Amino acid sequence: MRPLLVRDLKLAIRAGGGFGLALAFFFIVIVLVPFGVGPEQARLASIAPGILWVAALLASLLSLDRIFQTDWEDGTLDILATAPVPLEGVVAVKAVAHWLTTGLPLTIAAPAFAMFLSMPVEGYWTLTLSLLLGTPALSVIGAFGAALTVGLKRGGLLLSILVLPLYVPTLIFGAEATARSIQGLATGQPLILLTGITLGSLALLPFAAALALRVNLR
Amino acid sequence: MSLWEYANPRRFMSTTDRVVGPAFALGGALLVIGLVWGFFFTPDDFRQGSTVKIIYLHVPSAMMAINAWAMMLVASLIWLIRRHHVSALAAKAAAPVGVTMTLIALFTGAIWGQPMWGTFWAWDPRLTSFLILFLFYLGYIALWQAIEDPDTAADLTSVLCLVGSVFAILSRYAVNFWNQGLHQGASLSLDKEENVADVFYFPLLVCIAAFVILFIALVLLRTRTEIRRRRTHALELRERAS
Repeated sequence: MRPLLVRDLKLAIRAGGGFGLALAFFFIVIVLVPFGVGPEQARLASIAPGILWVAALLASLLSLDRIFQTDWEDGTLDILATAPVPLEGVVAVKAVAHWLTTGLPLTIAAPAFAMFLSMPVEGYWTLTLSLLLGTPALSVIGAFGAALTVGLKRGGLLLSILVLPLYVPTLIFGAEATARSIQGLATGQPLILLTGITLGSLALLPFAAALALRVNLR
Repeated sequence: MSLWEYANPRRFMSTTDRVVGPAFALGGALLVIGLVWGFFFTPDDFRQGSTVKIIYLHVPSAMMAINAWAMMLVASLIWLIRRHHVSALAAKAAAPVGVTMTLIALFTGAIWGQPMWGTFWAWDPRLTSFLILFLFYLGYIALWQAIEDPDTAADLTSVLCLVGSVFAILSRYAVNFWNQGLHQGASLSLDKEENVADVFYFPLLVCIAAFVILFIALVLLRTRTEIRRRRTHALELRERAS
């Protein structure tokens, strides 16, 4: 499993970078928001947690179709399906690779971008923590969606229609935790629920995704 | 005689052939009775005026929107476990009916909300979770339409239905957490205290029965169409081969 992880990471970094791309996309969405809603600091600060989380969703959505698509096209997926590693493990490793190249950079960079939206400093720590706890769920849910649509010629749009509704609970708890920390409220409850979603998705969705992959490979 | 005999398409077709017509007649008649009773023979509510009468469409359609998804979930499970094609086709047939029920519930709610809450739309938990349910239906239908091979499509949509159900329930409670709502509590419940008053209750029950029967009739009809479509497709293939 480790060689697969290393291979996926190398591919993501070297070949047409999903790595920097997701981060750049995240940044551009953040930059566009003030043009849309106006530059008043108070207004930006009040919507900053939501915008940062929505931007994180969109940025992780952007590179989802790469998780399986290229491996499907050149037949690597057939080999992986017959490999001694169970297909569920392959899905989990690929989701982790996706998270390491999109979710993790976003998490680290988020406080710097939050500054552009004049988010109060009290929220930075919770923002980072909530992204760290929540973005793995985005990658696993996304891997499930990618597994469903891997056999389709132009699955990108369908993929976003399938995956975005599944992101709703993660978004709600993530943004809520950040917003509460800015208002000085306790953030334990939303963070625990967010972690619950991430752990549940990590435990169960690889099985659903592997089932979908097997159907597509049939 | 077991339920599984209806997994045989021929058996299913011959039985439903006799059921669909009467079901439509009964459902239609009950709907007319329920709506006429509700609209003309019940008093106006003392606060809401005549707008209260929209519950005869709103509550049954909202119930059926959720029940349709539950039925799709059961049908998907049967397909995944026992591979009965009729079951997969029934799930496919129920989705457009379910999405229509969701839209009826959202629209009647908006029409009622304008005079009562002063707005067509509010980000209330119940309204929001229905909007999310609508999105789930859209994704499900879109996936069915995108995949050409019928068995692959049935498998993948079934998996989506299972995962979607879990996330739909999660979203329902997440949304509760996110915003406290305007929407009143349940109109119907086993707790008698919570129920609407009896004058509204009985016509409402008639309307709900009508919606249930019409839903069954529509799903059966659409399943029959799907089976026939599958048969013509098979005939076409056979002719091309010979």
